[in-house]
Amino acid sequence: MKIYRFALILAGFAALFFGLQRLLTPKYMSGVYDGALIAEYYSETKNHEVIFIGDCEVYENFSPMTLFGEYGITSYIRGGAQQLIWQSYYLLEDTLRYETPEVVVFNVLAMQYGEPQSEAYNRLNLDGMTLSASKLNAVNASLTKGEDALSYIFPILRYHERWQELTPDDLRYFVSRKSAGHNGYLMRNEVKPVTIIPDGAKLANYDFAEVCRVYLDKMRVLCEENGIDFVLVKAPTIYPHWYDEWEAQIESYAETHGLLYVNFLEHIDDAGIDFAADTYDAGLHLNCSGAEKLSRYFGAILTEKFGLSDKRSEPAAAAEYAAKLRDYEAMKTAQRSEFETNGKAVTFTYSKS
Amino acid sequence: MVFTTYEFLILLVVAAVLYYTLPRSFQWKLLLAASAVFYAYSGLDNLIYLAVTIISVYLATRRMDDLLAEQARGLAADIPGENAKAYRAAIKRRRRRLMVLCLVLNLGILVVIKYTAFAVQGADAVFHVLAKPEDLGFFRFALPLGLSFYTFQSVSYVIDSYRAKKAGYVERNPFKLALFISFFPQMVQGPISRFGDLKQTLFERHAADADAISAGALRVFFGFFKKLVIADRLMPVIRALTAPGDEFAGAYVLLTALVYAVTLYCDFTGGIDVTIGTARIFGVKLAENFDRPFYSKSVAEYWRRWHITMGTWFRDYIFYPLSASKPMIRLIKPARRLLGDHIGKRLPVYIATMVTWFATGLWHGAAWNFIVWGVLNGAVILISQELTPLYGKFRSKLRLGDGKVYGAFEIFRTFWLMSLIRVFDVYADVPRTLRMFGTIFTDFGAGKLIANGIAPLGLSLADIVLAAVSLAAMIIAGAVSRSKPGSFNSVTFRVSLCAVLALAVIVFGKYGLGYDARQFIYNQF
Repeated sequence: MKIYRFALILAGFAALFFGLQRLLTPKYMSGVYDGALIAEYYSETKNHEVIFIGDCEVYENFSPMTLFGEYGITSYIRGGAQQLIWQSYYLLEDTLRYETPEVVVFNVLAMQYGEPQSEAYNRLNLDGMTLSASKLNAVNASLTKGEDALSYIFPILRYHERWQELTPDDLRYFVSRKSAGHNGYLMRNEVKPVTIIPDGAKLANYDFAEVCRVYLDKMRVLCEENGIDFVLVKAPTIYPHWYDEWEAQIESYAETHGLLYVNFLEHIDDAGIDFAADTYDAGLHLNCSGAEKLSRYFGAILTEKFGLSDKRSEPAAAAEYAAKLRDYEAMKTAQRSEFETNGKAVTFTYSKS
Repeated sequence: MVFTTYEFLILLVVAAVLYYTLPRSFQWKLLLAASAVFYAYSGLDNLIYLAVTIISVYLATRRMDDLLAEQARGLAADIPGENAKAYRAAIKRRRRRLMVLCLVLNLGILVVIKYTAFAVQGADAVFHVLAKPEDLGFFRFALPLGLSFYTFQSVSYVIDSYRAKKAGYVERNPFKLALFISFFPQMVQGPISRFGDLKQTLFERHAADADAISAGALRVFFGFFKKLVIADRLMPVIRALTAPGDEFAGAYVLLTALVYAVTLYCDFTGGIDVTIGTARIFGVKLAENFDRPFYSKSVAEYWRRWHITMGTWFRDYIFYPLSASKPMIRLIKPARRLLGDHIGKRLPVYIATMVTWFATGLWHGAAWNFIVWGVLNGAVILISQELTPLYGKFRSKLRLGDGKVYGAFEIFRTFWLMSLIRVFDVYADVPRTLRMFGTIFTDFGAGKLIANGIAPLGLSLADIVLAAVSLAAMIIAGAVSRSKPGSFNSVTFRVSLCAVLALAVIVFGKYGLGYDARQFIYNQF
């Protein structure tokens, strides 16, 4: 057999393999939009002053567009649903391959999980990462029973059965997809007020798992090595319950290492958050109005504590964010109108201006 | 290690690359190392059983060989004629003692590990000595990977060594013997190879040959296709139709038998394709284990074409020795007096057949359903043999001749007969099998089967269409390769087919998270 024939067959196989993989992998352009967020980062201009990492408490509660609009802070959220702390660490490591921000903000709710939780959330956080040592390490640290690392490198090995569930979206977004996030922020404009504040169930042990402590420290050291200020926050969502015992451990850690720690649960009134109007799911997450209030409040702290410069006066940044803000405002208007008319928002993706 | 794992594919690729890049003197040593990795992956403790088998077989057969050499030297020297017979008999006795000792040890391991719990349960049922089933936990052992297969292969080697007339049959290099017993592709579901057939191809040096490698790779991918795309896609139907509750009776029992026949065939032949293909990649030619069994015209023929190496093993090491044994020969005379000429003459065959099939059933598993299955096979074979003259009369009276129509009827009859006997394997419970089988006659319910449609099968319409198309492709590929033997000879064509099959398996195969049926059915034997 001539070698060129073999190469030709191999090339044909590779083309079909990767084509089928692209076709069968979920596009996250309807239903679960959270899955689109991690991958979107790679097509961004990477010159952010602030990087947020963490679970839904970052990508639902902080608005980078407000931070820029109000303070000229360029920021990006590398958040994912139920992002585990080691995933946060490796996502940070991955981010530092592309840029070195001045501040990294980590939401501490993930400290509650000392072991991998579910494959579905792993997928939302890891599938979108490009292949790198950081991704492989994140995968290895996150595997739940029955999962295999290879399917994170070749997702067709996980999603091959979707040939029975293909939708028009899979063809529509085969070549390119729309955007779901606004610098990693997933916009929600519905309103569902808080009616009850559930008490936290008693736990057998309030100590954070050792693995969480290790990764928290690894993040701090990584930031230190790169000259980045590491900030800890607890978003002001009232459920899941944030225990006093957890708070004490984080406070102690921040104090020991001289880190800024802001528990926004203690600043709800200062930030002007109204849980009758600023949450879309009865207190689990803030809606856009709440996220903007929180971002305004936090932006002032970031500017004051870390002396971040106002990028609004820089032409390149101003032009870039002008387009982003247009898209942001357009989606906000659309969602609010949809919610007022039909009781639910339907516009969650957009084509970039 | 299971074939349908990434680990197996990695082992195969790494071993194949090293096999053809290292000096050829290392080739069989590399296969031994790969076999050790393959086996150790399933648990290091399993290696102990394997090591006991290898060491005991090596020591026993080597000593047997030494005794033969000693005998030849003795006879060549000046042992007088009258003493020569006694000398030979003495050597034979010593050799037989060694063989028996080795067989008792190795079959003992198999019996203790595989059958103790079953035997104790049986004793409990009879004598009510042990009150609680949980007390039996002590008698259950973890079944080492491929125990039945490598034990049978070792047993055949020991017996063949004993039957050797001249010294030199046995393998005197313990590591080469270890490779023969543990050659990884055939470790888990056969074929059960004979040393005489395998030694040359296994130990000779092989140059990298695109023809052999592409043929082997194609066979491997075809095996994965049969297993993962067809067999495992149909498996949920079996699980759904045999779920507790006896809901799917009557016509559904026939459907279950039909689907199980196809599933088992694709599962087992798929595994054998992977086995033979893997060996072929290393230049090793293993015996074929199937020859279109569903085209058989009788049960006896079916068993000459299904799991061929197991059938010949039982024939050569149980049926023939038993039917031609002295007690059996002695039995003929009184039996002819008592039962008449025909039956009396055939009594040793009847007994040997039933014993062989009882053992075959027991080999498949330590459970009554396998024993009943085995005995039924033996009974059907004997009845068929006895009815053969009657069939002849029937055919000549109806002037059916040997035409295609009657041939098709025979194939149809044999297929269904085997499928229905196999139902004992499906329900894995003798009383339930009999109960369900009875409903074919008492509560057929064809209307219910049609009215329910595909809903009870646990498959979507797309699954069914895919399985049907894949089956058709498998049948057509088989037909083409038989009618035009050179059709798959081009290396370029083979590599292209490999790529197509690989994509088909990747997209349409049943594997991955939440999928737990990757084990081949025959691995459990």
